Amino acid sequence: MRPLRPDLAIIASHVPDRASVLDIGCGDGGLMAALRETKSADARGLELDAADVATAMAKGLSVVQGDADTDLADYPDSAFDYAILSQTLQTTRAPDAILGELLRIAPRAFVSFPNFAYWRVRASLLFGGRMPVTGALPLSWYATENIHHVTIDDFRALLREQGIAVEQAWFLSGNRQRGAGAANLLAEQAVFLLGR
Amino acid sequence: MAEDNSPFGAARALTLAGPLALDGGASLAPVDFAYETYGALNESRSNAILICHALTGDQHVASQHPVTGKPGWWARMVGEGKPIDPARHFIICINVLGSCMGSAGPASLAEDGRPHAMRFPVITLRDMVRAQAMLLDHLGIETLQAVIGGSMGGMQVLQWAACYPQRVRSAVAIATAARHSAQNIAFHEVGRQAIMADPNWRGGDYYADGEPPTKGLSVARMAAHITYLSEEGLTEKFGRRLQARDSKSFGFDADFQIESYLRHQGISFVDRFDANSYLYITRAMDYFDLAEEHGGLLANAFAGSSTRFCVISFDSDWLYPTSEAKTIVRALNAGGAEVSFVELPSPFGHDAFLLDTPGLNTAVDGFLKAGEGA
Repeated sequence: MRPLRPDLAIIASHVPDRASVLDIGCGDGGLMAALRETKSADARGLELDAADVATAMAKGLSVVQGDADTDLADYPDSAFDYAILSQTLQTTRAPDAILGELLRIAPRAFVSFPNFAYWRVRASLLFGGRMPVTGALPLSWYATENIHHVTIDDFRALLREQGIAVEQAWFLSGNRQRGAGAANLLAEQAVFLLGR
Repeated sequence: MAEDNSPFGAARALTLAGPLALDGGASLAPVDFAYETYGALNESRSNAILICHALTGDQHVASQHPVTGKPGWWARMVGEGKPIDPARHFIICINVLGSCMGSAGPASLAEDGRPHAMRFPVITLRDMVRAQAMLLDHLGIETLQAVIGGSMGGMQVLQWAACYPQRVRSAVAIATAARHSAQNIAFHEVGRQAIMADPNWRGGDYYADGEPPTKGLSVARMAAHITYLSEEGLTEKFGRRLQARDSKSFGFDADFQIESYLRHQGISFVDRFDANSYLYITRAMDYFDLAEEHGGLLANAFAGSSTRFCVISFDSDWLYPTSEAKTIVRALNAGGAEVSFVELPSPFGHDAFLLDTPGLNTAVDGFLKAGEGA
């Protein structure tokens, strides 16, 4: 098995044994496979890309082809222990509505996203005058799926507005975890564990 | 008729005493079955896979068809090294109730020694599935590792999961729907009217003199065949190309290749299929509405089910489009069932489930193997 992306490794290590999880934007099912293997989790996935879905199915994973923006409504309340939305929030049409959906279908949700206030991103805009292309934001403005760029402080503000509790948060620069201090400037990615 | 007395193997036939109570109120006794099996049941009888065939399909899933001489209709899916493999599965495919390949249907003989013809009771998909369950009971097969089928076969899969959730560990429903839409019914009605308008149909009593309503059945098949293909596929395969001529004939011959192709499809179909069976089975499909059987809510059909589901649709299938598959998936999610769903790209329309469609075999293989590991 390939090593997990750093944000996924954090999520995987904090999902309890035998939890039921819905991985939204699960790609080809790497995290789901890891959760099944190491946590005996009951992992289900939702993924937009048909080729990824087929690859995940070929691994024996339960993945439904669908769109986070429209298809989360199909899941009943509290259907899972955890909802996981990794590196997907910024690609959705209505991120604010999706946060509500995550915590409707599960009491807890992991959300990870690239921080648009990371200093390299700021520098690229401030000094280069160009849309940033970084490790966490690898594609040019015309090719990226990210339509709602978000910073850690923006995200916290939205959570406050929606009355969503932060149970835990992790910050990454490169592949390394770092402290919460000045995370909005120094963290390239963030992982939040949210509760109702 | 089978040459040996084993209930397992190719070209088996069996008659059970019944009675089989039918949704329409009638009951059937005795009940004839024609079926095939491949591979062997393991000691724990846990490796049985039931394959459900489509409207005009049959039990010859991976063996040569006795009339056409063609290879089995799902040899791409079933066989050595294929997703459904006799080396590790016990595979059974049963000719559906109402059909004409040996199971009880309008062409089979009634007590008076004459074919039932239109005296055969109108049946439903659920009746077909109950009949299959009756045969499996007789063969001592309680649980199915998987039930799998495309088109009407997929409807039987859903019906199996709804009727006998404890007997079905995995269900694979391909290119199908949980109910027949108005458009589906409309196409079938065209086919039925074509058959009944043929003067040879004679209220269904055409068996004695060997003059069946071949023209009507052929037209029914032509109309249906169009629904199995996609516009893209038709354009690619035929376009507006002319058939063995350089210019239009200004007549009503098959000028275009597509006309010639459809006529051939219609004519070759009547050699292998009974017109009355076509009426009964299309009727059963039109009556199919799984939600209706469950208080109008499809999710109720699968509530609390521990069956694993795999739903597959094809992007060019307009007969049972992806929206129908998503209705099934939505109901399964609402019922908390374990479900996988993928829409596979294919230019072949509804027929994609029978053809070489990249991704189909790998998805089915992965899904089945994951169920075996559990």
